[in-house]
Amino acid sequence: MSTSTSSLRPSRWRYLPLVLVAIVFIFPLEFMIMSSLKPSQQLLSDTNSFRAFLPVGSISLDNYYAAFARAPVGLFLFNSVFITATTVVLALFLCSISAFSFVFLQWRGRDTILTILLTTLVIPIEIIAVPLLLLVNQLPWVGLHGLTFGWLNSYQVQIIPFSADALSVFLFVQYFKDLPKELIEAARIEGASWWQIYYKVIMPLAGPVTATAAILKFLAMYNQFLWPLMVTQAEQYRPVMIGLQYFFQLNIAWGEVMAYLTLITVPVLIFYLVLQRAFIASIASTGIKG
Amino acid sequence: MANVQLRDVHKSFGATHIIKGIDLEIAHGEFVVFVGPSGCGKSTLLRMIAGLEDITSGEISIKDRVVNDLPPKDRGIAMVFQSYALFPHMTVRQNVGFGLKINNTPPAELESRVNEAARILKMENLLDRKPSQLSGGQRQRVAIGRAIVRNPEVFLFDEPLSNLDAALRVNTRAEIAKLHNDLGATMIYVTHDQVEAMTLADKIVVLEAGKIRQVGSPLELYHKPNNLFVAGFIGSPKMNFMEVEAVSSSASGVIIKSADFTEQRIPVAKGNVKAGDKLTLGIRPENMRADTKGDLKISGKMELVEHLGHETFVEAKTKSGVSFTGLIDGETLVKLGQDMALSFKANDCHLFDAAGEAVHRLKVPEIVHA
Repeated sequence: MSTSTSSLRPSRWRYLPLVLVAIVFIFPLEFMIMSSLKPSQQLLSDTNSFRAFLPVGSISLDNYYAAFARAPVGLFLFNSVFITATTVVLALFLCSISAFSFVFLQWRGRDTILTILLTTLVIPIEIIAVPLLLLVNQLPWVGLHGLTFGWLNSYQVQIIPFSADALSVFLFVQYFKDLPKELIEAARIEGASWWQIYYKVIMPLAGPVTATAAILKFLAMYNQFLWPLMVTQAEQYRPVMIGLQYFFQLNIAWGEVMAYLTLITVPVLIFYLVLQRAFIASIASTGIKG
Repeated sequence: MANVQLRDVHKSFGATHIIKGIDLEIAHGEFVVFVGPSGCGKSTLLRMIAGLEDITSGEISIKDRVVNDLPPKDRGIAMVFQSYALFPHMTVRQNVGFGLKINNTPPAELESRVNEAARILKMENLLDRKPSQLSGGQRQRVAIGRAIVRNPEVFLFDEPLSNLDAALRVNTRAEIAKLHNDLGATMIYVTHDQVEAMTLADKIVVLEAGKIRQVGSPLELYHKPNNLFVAGFIGSPKMNFMEVEAVSSSASGVIIKSADFTEQRIPVAKGNVKAGDKLTLGIRPENMRADTKGDLKISGKMELVEHLGHETFVEAKTKSGVSFTGLIDGETLVKLGQDMALSFKANDCHLFDAAGEAVHRLKVPEIVHA
C-alpha cells in the first residue's frame, strides 16, 4: 500500500522543466534591469560572465538620469500609455458589441460579413500601411483648431485605425457562442433591451475573454513601431518605441538603452500582472493556445 | 381573463416543417401540459407562445389580443427554463428582481415584491446567495421566483424538472401544483415525462411530429385514447398492442379473434368495423391479472420478471411470437422461463382500426366523466 501511495504523490522533480523554462524567460529581463544600473563599460565587460545577471560593481541610477536627459521619456511614456489605453478601451467596446451582434442578433449577411472580417486576420499591418497612410492623410477632423484635413501628427491617427480588429472580434465571438442562449432569452422575456442584455447580462460574464483581448491589444498597441514612425514626425505625439531611436546614435550608450528599456517595460508588466489570472482562465476556457 | 388561443399555427425552419397547423384553446387558469416524444415540436410551440420564435403562419392570442408581432416582454408571460437560465453574476435577489429593475419599478415596490416571491417559495434565506451556491432544486425555485414576481398572465414552463433528481422532481412537482392552485394563473408546461403530465395537468395536449394527436384531461387520455400513438404514449408501462381480426360487429360490440386467444366480444361502438377487418387490440399491463378469471386469456413463456414488492412486472412471449407485458399482483410467484396464462377483462380492452384510430369504447370508468 505504501508504495502505491507514494507513487501517487506528485514528485517535486516534475517542477524542474518549469523552473528551467522560467529561467530562460526571466534571464533577459534580469540582464536588462541589472545592466541598466551599470556604467556602459562595466556592462560590456560583465557580459562575459555570470556577473551580467548580478547587481555587482558600480551600481547607480545614473543611466536613468541620462536617459531622461537624452529623450523626453516621460512624454513618450505618457503618449504610449494614453494611446494604448484609449485604443484598448475603444477596441474592447467595439469588438465586443460587434461580436454580440454577430452571435445573438439575426441580420442579413451576418455570416458573410463575419467570414470576410475574420479573413483580415491574415493581413499584416505592413500590407495596408501605405494605403492607410494615404487615407488618413485626407480625413477630416474637428478639434481645437476647428475643421482640419489630414490626421498626421496626432493621437487619433494612432488610435482610431486600431480601435477594432478581427482577432478581438474573433475572441469575443468564440466566447459568446459558448454562453447559454437561455440567458439571453430569459433576459428578453424579462423585458431587457438588446443594449441592456449586452451590458447587464453578457459583458459581466465576459471577464476572462475581455482580459485576454485587453492584454493582446495592449501588447500589440504598445509595441507598435512602423505605424507611429510613418504618421508622427512631431515629437509631441511619438510613443516609446519610436523613442528608442534617440538612444541609437553614433556612440550607443548601452546602459542608457537598458534603462530606457526597463522604464518602458514596466507598464507592460504591471498590466499583465493585474490581468494574468483572467488571461489564463480565458485561454483555458476558450481552448485558444498562445 | 388570460386565455391563450392558437389558430392554425405553423412553423418552418427553412424547408423543415416543424409545427403543422396547431389549433388550441387554453382557458384562463388552466394548467395545460404539452407532451410528446423528442422532436415533436412541443418546446418550439411553447417558444412561439413566448415570442422567442417567430411563427411562420397562423395566429396566437393571449388574453384575446393577437401577439404574433409582439416582443416577449409585451405578451404578459413569464418563462421557466430547463436550465434555469439564472444570471450567474447576480445574487438571487438581483435575479428575481431583474425584470422589475429594468422596467424601472420603484425600489420599495421591487423590494416588497421580491420578498413576497421569496416568501411564497420559502427562499428568504437564499436571497443574498449567488446561483453557484445553490442546489438544483433551489435554483429551480429561484427561476420560478423570477417568473412569479412579475405577476404574469401566463406562466410557461419548458421541461423545468428535467435536471433534477427523482426525489426532488416529485417535491418540485408538488410545489408547482400548489403554486398553480395559489396563483390561479394560466400555466403551460412542456415535458416528455408523462407522469408529470398526468399529475399536473388539467388538460394534456399530446403532440406527434408537429401535430396535435389528442387534447383531453389526463384520465380521458388514459381511458379513451383517440389513437394508437396516444394509447402507447400515455401510461407506463406502455399499453400492449396485439393484431386481431374482426369476426363480426354489432351494437353491443365487436367480436374479435386471434391466434393467441379465443373469440371474444369487445364492448366498443360498431363504427365502420366489418367482419374480416384487421384491428389492433390494446390492453394496459396493469389490467392484466395472474389468473384465468378474466374474459380473455393469453399464455406465454416468461422472458422477464421483475418483483417490485407490491406488484410484479412480467414480459412474456406467446407461441405465435407475440410479446406482451403485465403488471400483476406482487404475491404471485412467477419464475423466468415459466409458461403462464394471464387474463384480462373485455371492458378494459381498446380497439384500433387499420388506420390506428380508436374504435369508441362503450364502457369507460365513471371517473373519466367526474
